Amino acid sequence: MTATSGNRVFLVDGARTPFLKAQAGPGPFTPVDLAVQCGRPLLARQPFDRAALDLVILGCVNVIADEMNPARVAGLRLGLPEATVAFTVQINCGSGMQSIDTAYRYIRDGSHQMILAGGAEALSHAPLTLRQSAVEWFGRMSTAKGPLEQAKNMAGIRPEFFKPVIGLERGLTDPITTLSMGQTAEVLAHHFGIDRETADAYAMQSHHRLAAAHEEGRLKGELMPAFAKDGTVYDHDNGVRPDSDMDGLAKPKPVFEPPYGKVTAGNSSQITDGASWCILASEKAVDAHGLEPLAEITDSEWAGLDPSIMGLGPVMSATPIVKRHGFGIGDIELWELNEAFAAQVLSCLAAWNDEDFCREVLGLDGAFGRIDRDQLNVDGGAISLGHPVGTSGNRIVLHLANAMKTRGAKRGIATECIGGGLGGAMLLEAVQ
Amino acid sequence: MTGHVLNFLGETKLELGPVGEADGNWRTARDGDNVLWLVLDKAGSSVNTISEDVIRELDDHIAAAEADKPAALVIRSAKKAGFAAGADITGFESMTDQGAADMLRQAHDVLDRIEALPCPTICVVHGAALGAGFELALACDYRIATPGASFGFPEVQLGLHPGLGGTFRLPALIDPTDAMTMMLTGKTSHTKRAKSQGIADKIVEERHVAAAITAARNGKIERQSPGLKSRAFSFDQARGLSARQMRSKTEEKAPKEHYPAPYALIDLWEEHGDDRDAMQQAEIDSFARLLDTDTSKNLRRVFFLQQSLKDAGRGDDGIAHVHVIGAGAMGAEIAAIAAIKGKSVTLGDIQTDPLGQAIKTAAKICEDKHLSGTETRDALDRLMPDPHGYGLAHADLVIEAASEEQDVKQKIFKGLKGALKKDAILATNTSSLSVDDLATAAPAKSRFAGLHYFNPVSKIDLVEVVKGAATNDKTASRLAAFCGATGKLPALVTDYPGFVVNRALVPYMLEAMVLMDEGVSKEVIDTAAIRFGMPMGPVTLADQVGLDIGLHVAESLADSLDTAMPPISDDLRLRVENGELGKKTGKGFYDWSEGTPHPDADMDNAPDGLTDRLILPMLNACVEVLRKGVAKDADQLDAAMIFATGWAPFRGGPMHYAKTRGIADIKKRLTDLESAHGPRFAPDPGWSNLG
Repeated sequence: MTATSGNRVFLVDGARTPFLKAQAGPGPFTPVDLAVQCGRPLLARQPFDRAALDLVILGCVNVIADEMNPARVAGLRLGLPEATVAFTVQINCGSGMQSIDTAYRYIRDGSHQMILAGGAEALSHAPLTLRQSAVEWFGRMSTAKGPLEQAKNMAGIRPEFFKPVIGLERGLTDPITTLSMGQTAEVLAHHFGIDRETADAYAMQSHHRLAAAHEEGRLKGELMPAFAKDGTVYDHDNGVRPDSDMDGLAKPKPVFEPPYGKVTAGNSSQITDGASWCILASEKAVDAHGLEPLAEITDSEWAGLDPSIMGLGPVMSATPIVKRHGFGIGDIELWELNEAFAAQVLSCLAAWNDEDFCREVLGLDGAFGRIDRDQLNVDGGAISLGHPVGTSGNRIVLHLANAMKTRGAKRGIATECIGGGLGGAMLLEAVQ
Repeated sequence: MTGHVLNFLGETKLELGPVGEADGNWRTARDGDNVLWLVLDKAGSSVNTISEDVIRELDDHIAAAEADKPAALVIRSAKKAGFAAGADITGFESMTDQGAADMLRQAHDVLDRIEALPCPTICVVHGAALGAGFELALACDYRIATPGASFGFPEVQLGLHPGLGGTFRLPALIDPTDAMTMMLTGKTSHTKRAKSQGIADKIVEERHVAAAITAARNGKIERQSPGLKSRAFSFDQARGLSARQMRSKTEEKAPKEHYPAPYALIDLWEEHGDDRDAMQQAEIDSFARLLDTDTSKNLRRVFFLQQSLKDAGRGDDGIAHVHVIGAGAMGAEIAAIAAIKGKSVTLGDIQTDPLGQAIKTAAKICEDKHLSGTETRDALDRLMPDPHGYGLAHADLVIEAASEEQDVKQKIFKGLKGALKKDAILATNTSSLSVDDLATAAPAKSRFAGLHYFNPVSKIDLVEVVKGAATNDKTASRLAAFCGATGKLPALVTDYPGFVVNRALVPYMLEAMVLMDEGVSKEVIDTAAIRFGMPMGPVTLADQVGLDIGLHVAESLADSLDTAMPPISDDLRLRVENGELGKKTGKGFYDWSEGTPHPDADMDNAPDGLTDRLILPMLNACVEVLRKGVAKDADQLDAAMIFATGWAPFRGGPMHYAKTRGIADIKKRLTDLESAHGPRFAPDPGWSNLG
């Protein structure tokens, strides 16, 4: 099916919570709490009544026991009418984009006019998460003050922390290949020759870019503060390290494949809680409510590949889109490529710039080309923000739309790798 | 949720067995199993009360049951609102002392005969069973409660104790200490607690009431049996010890001099707790005696005053969404109580930290109000912190609770032009500025008014709805209805310096400071006010309000009133300059670091006429407020003072007190004080209109 058939679909607005780094113990918000925190202000600034939304779709991987079908719980808690249908989608790390894509297709096909599509994840609440001892260790690591304390904690690490037995560990381990997500990044680093220093440099830039985006107000309107019951206000992504430098990043040992691996806690995405919503609307709804869309969604694609190299998911899913439209590398002005691991992002870039890979695997005539770093993840990514798995895909689509608007870009792609060997991509274009 | 599917299915109807139309106040019938159903459905009322008629008709129905014995008796209410709200208080007024005791004896006889029926007697309670309603339930063998049922004896709040057998039936049923506590405090026991105390034998959903009745009739529901503790208290000594503890505890809250009822109840129990018949006679005599006390009469008056404020708050407010501007202590609590009562609320503040504190405050209020986890979550979901002001465009009512400065408020109002919905009301929570002055900057003067809440908003029920010169009637009545819908008592007043309550309080607080300047200790001053019956003394009150706010209000009143005011003391100004602002800073006139001060001074050396010097300026201001037409009438004014300040309720309110004491006497005292202390005591010309 090509994207040109059917109704036009617009991304009219969206908002997310700050991404909150998992500390020792469960965070202040459940997945639905987070969805409510950013959904309320988003709906409050719309000119239309809540009843104008036809459907709620929410991506969520680690659903907690109190919130079965979190989309429905969130819809009702947000004050949507009881008649508004709501369902939850799950495609692991792609869930938040799956919700947008499902909404996109429904509207394109004409069955719906306006849909609230989001992602919500509270990894700190993940029901079968870390072994308690590992949770405590992670907690201590993330709250450790200074290198000495960190080193001391590092010494407390136990092999069983990383045995694929329970919880988040298990969730972050591919059941087919039994490789952890970090190991799949090691596999790619090996094949594409990504060294530790290049990965660390990428991670550092992610932090600096997110810090600058905060500093320069580029997240205004997108990031809504979250208010906890104890009075704490969370108003920024708290995993960001503005002063991140190469010396600091050189310190941590490889976590997944010590002692020779390339993937460390410093150049991987962080374990965080967060939620994000986008509002998608048909042309009819845009006109009826006088909305000003951020961007038009013009295509989407999903792809599958060997789970042990799931990190190439973006290459496998985005390439069919550019082929379908006959785009060259210069036609895509902005990219949001989810940063699961620095080595994984860099491997995707390397694959697209590898003539043999592009010809043999992607069926292109030659190398797709080198994506300019100034067009990729311009305001940071999951390494600095964190990666609430069910939310990230939603955030990158929303942020791509906002970044395109801010920078006057005509066309952009948001794409992600998905644990289990999948990839997803969406094509956004400036509204004409 | 109010979707059309559930609307079509309707609510679960009350199980009323075979009964048909009412004959009088009761609907009765026997079902196929010869179970007699007595369903109370008081004529012409949405709420059941136990009136003389209700008892007389019940007498007939019980006589019929005695003549033709049913297999079981079921008593319940046909009112959606609940079982029964208690005795018909309007009927109390006509009960003379002797008549009261006779009437009570007849009623006791009916309940005794229900108790004596040989068949199982089953009371089904939904909603509240209070006072005489609770006593009727206690006369039955079984009490089956549906979720939401509550049981209590609020008589003590009317200067009475239970009078229809409650004083001996409840202590016989449950732990006597629990029973006495319920009767002494007036606190109700909600469903689950009632079950654990042994008041309710079973909790069932309404849809299972018929099955539960059958089970009770067949002896399949276990009845509560009086426990060990109940037997222990059959000894005089045990009761004596316990009674002494109860007396000293009661004294902390309600001094005997002003509130005789709880002491009468403790006496009854101590003397007759082991002899039901003696207790019954003593209860009747004591109740009849209390009925005739000034305290009870005045407290019953306060009950009716409260009803009339509630009536003023009825109606449709047309307000679904409220936007509150300013997340300070007042704004936060206003937002919280509105959200708890189901309004969609946005709380605006340019800073996020106060918004965070506001959420914490709201969570605390939910906890204090015993909301369940789900109810708290829903209330907090409805309360959206709104640093971007998104809510303004959707709000039906905007309440400004920004800092108390005219130019700040007016600047906010000017910024609202074109930002509000077409029919939106703008209200200011000012306590000291003129509503008419502020109105000049409002987007629509006709939909602008004052909505003066008192601190702490979650605890003080009264709200002054201040109608400015240009405020239209619809706006005023919508605001009053909003107060009603959010659990507040509205007093509709007109624009005047200090409105009603602060106009009356300021001279009282300032006079206290003059007295301190004269060398009278703050403890002696406060003790005098407390002994008069105020919930706290004027110095403690000033500290609690905040000395900065107090000073601000005092200055504003001194500037805008024609009447002479006590001079503002230098000590007050100095403390404000030094940041000693009272409770909120931990130090004002009192040191608050250890909590609320409870002054109880030796009054032997108190200056003569100290109490009059404090109280009479308040009454004088009340008369001025009435003369100027700020309050509707003396009753509304009394109600406002009682429900805003806790003004000695057993005295029935300031104007009622003035009338009781004698207008001429008060005028004379004011004239004496005027010659001794200056023109601020000059009797207001309005006293002449009062006789």
